[in-house]
Amino acid sequence: MNRSKLIRFRHGACVPLAELPRLDFSVFRESLLEEVAGDARVASFFGYPTTAGLDIYAILARDWKGELALLHTQVSGNYPSLTPDCPQLHLFERELAEQYGVRPEGHPWLKPVRFHRAWLPVADIWGRDPGQHPVPGDMEFYRVEGEEVHEVAVGPVHAGVIEPGHFRFQCHGEEVMHLEISLGYQHRGIEQQLIGTPSLVTLRQLETVAGDTTIGHTTASCQMLESLSGHDALPRAHAIRAIGLELERLANHVGDIGALAGDVGFLPTSSFCGRLRGDYLNLMAELCGSRFGRGLVRPGGVQFDLDAALIERILKRLDVLEPETRGAFDICFDSPSVLARFEGTGRISIDDAENLGLVGVAAKACGLVRDARLHHPFGIDDEFLDMPIIETDGDVFARGNVRRRETYASIKLIRDTLKRLPAGGIFRPLAPLAPDSLAVSLCEGWRGEVVHAAITDRQGHISRYKIVDPSFHNWSGLAMALRGQQISDFPLCNKSFNLSYCGFDL
Amino acid sequence: MLTILRERLRQGHRTAKFPKVEPTLPERFRGLPRLSPTLSPQIRAAAVASCPFAALRSNGDKLQIDLGRCLFCADCPAAAEHGALTFSNDYRLAASQREHLLLEDEVHRLADRLGERMLKLFGRSLKLRQVSAGGCNACEADLNVLGTLAFDLGRFGIQFVASPRHADGIMVTGPVTDNMKSALLDTYAAIPEPKLVIASGACAIAGGPFAGSPEGNNGIGNLLPVDLYIPGCPPHPYTALDGLLRLLGRR
Repeated sequence: MNRSKLIRFRHGACVPLAELPRLDFSVFRESLLEEVAGDARVASFFGYPTTAGLDIYAILARDWKGELALLHTQVSGNYPSLTPDCPQLHLFERELAEQYGVRPEGHPWLKPVRFHRAWLPVADIWGRDPGQHPVPGDMEFYRVEGEEVHEVAVGPVHAGVIEPGHFRFQCHGEEVMHLEISLGYQHRGIEQQLIGTPSLVTLRQLETVAGDTTIGHTTASCQMLESLSGHDALPRAHAIRAIGLELERLANHVGDIGALAGDVGFLPTSSFCGRLRGDYLNLMAELCGSRFGRGLVRPGGVQFDLDAALIERILKRLDVLEPETRGAFDICFDSPSVLARFEGTGRISIDDAENLGLVGVAAKACGLVRDARLHHPFGIDDEFLDMPIIETDGDVFARGNVRRRETYASIKLIRDTLKRLPAGGIFRPLAPLAPDSLAVSLCEGWRGEVVHAAITDRQGHISRYKIVDPSFHNWSGLAMALRGQQISDFPLCNKSFNLSYCGFDL
Repeated sequence: MLTILRERLRQGHRTAKFPKVEPTLPERFRGLPRLSPTLSPQIRAAAVASCPFAALRSNGDKLQIDLGRCLFCADCPAAAEHGALTFSNDYRLAASQREHLLLEDEVHRLADRLGERMLKLFGRSLKLRQVSAGGCNACEADLNVLGTLAFDLGRFGIQFVASPRHADGIMVTGPVTDNMKSALLDTYAAIPEPKLVIASGACAIAGGPFAGSPEGNNGIGNLLPVDLYIPGCPPHPYTALDGLLRLLGRR
């Protein structure tokens, strides 16, 4: 065992870079594969250019131990790809190739991720003209050839009011043999713009990494910044963040179940949930003035407090909304015609889910217990969630039912937290960030685990900021779920994942 | 079936009475900024310098706010530290011209109705194609909300359609990333003439939080001729609906 090579730490710790051993690539590789074969999974994996080469950091989550583990190495130019032995790294390695021009030799699927210019003045590994902005979607798509095999290309502009992405289906009749998803259209260069010191501008950018996960991303970011400053937020601030996070989950889960119902033509639930989702968004606006939680979470605490009257108002509102929500869900999940479309559609096996490194709703629906609230608690979360919500079938029904059960759990969590809200302040200013350090934070957003990591330079300024939205892991899950399905089930499968384009594209 | 009907009765009729009845927005909602009329030149200069999104500027001896750049920040330094403005509860923000978003005093020129010809064409039936060009999905989500029974956009003859070929106009969200620029222009080109362009949200108007991004275009800019600007980050659904109804001469 190579356990001694790992730096193990709990959530909230800030690791000085000097304490981090730089492993030989072969030792790094061996340790990482050994960990992943055991009980760990890759939460984040990113590069950091230095004069000597490209530093690589792997952050592994050892969920049941409540621990994170760090591995560090350096490569220059080409290195043997880890993906053939560890498929959950496939996008991370493509990302490194695109950003820094290092080629993972033997990567089975080496294509651009977001279609931007390299971050360093290096040769483009796909041989594209460095003077021109890459053309999104310009890559070799996997193709199936044969009689009656046809290709369906969709996007980037889709039929609904949704974000852009490009999908290529290889079909035989109705049956999808393969789906390839090419994104990057929403790429705004966020990670690059977060370098420096945290400011109102970077906070507003963090709030819009994925606008439907504002609380998830800002909470992960602020926890991470607080870890770097060695200055935990006050208990009341943690509690209000937790309430915001669960309100965000409620709005999105209720909206998603409505959308699932809409996609199988079950209009009552679709209509009711559309309205109920708005009611939960309005509760968020009661709290902070914005339906999407803009302005609530800030490094050092939160900006809005709850007084007795507002607590009472929210509790009373939940008393009305909960039975209406249950009523809207029950008619859907009790209808045989709905179940006939949900059950068995878009199934993913637990092995595939584990190999692809799925997180959040998609992982929980396959029977994987992965919930940062449970494994990597922060602040109030210590006694927050004690029961994982999982389903085992891995199909559309399972993903819907995880949402249904999480909705009920969220309502209870909000009620409990409101009733035992810690007294005291909600904000204290952040101390300066520790220099030459690395910190990581996980937050269970409504889609799944949001991971923010940063490295500071000698002055304590952020010199590398890394974001992993749950969608980064889970888009591969959607592609896998479509195999062997009818193409007409794509909208339903897609809604059952409801992944973020901008959270992936950054 | 009976359960479904019973649930239908319980859920009741939820479509808002808007525009006949004004909506009640949460107390903490941040709408139209009110500028303080009495500011010393020093405080005005400090307020202008404090907005990192360049939404404030000095125009002669007056403070001017650009609603197209304002992100309605809860921690607006110009409001909190310099007392230069306060956010009112007024959700009506949409305007027809970029310069109408520049506000100096109480007078805020809201969106004008379309010209006679356009109004005759679109006044009672407006079909829009939405394009997200780097949006964070909050603008998109709160436009989608207009289709729910609470707002019921369809009752005003307005509808989001699946194809640009079916559309009378385009509604753009997002700062227009380099990767979406050509798809946006292609979609616009695919809409038959005459057509409208609506910029919804701070990103589409002037880049929002991503103004200056190396991968963005700071919003629509001069790429397309805009007929309606809807400020906000994201705009409240009532802000968008108010703007659309004013454009169609329904408010």
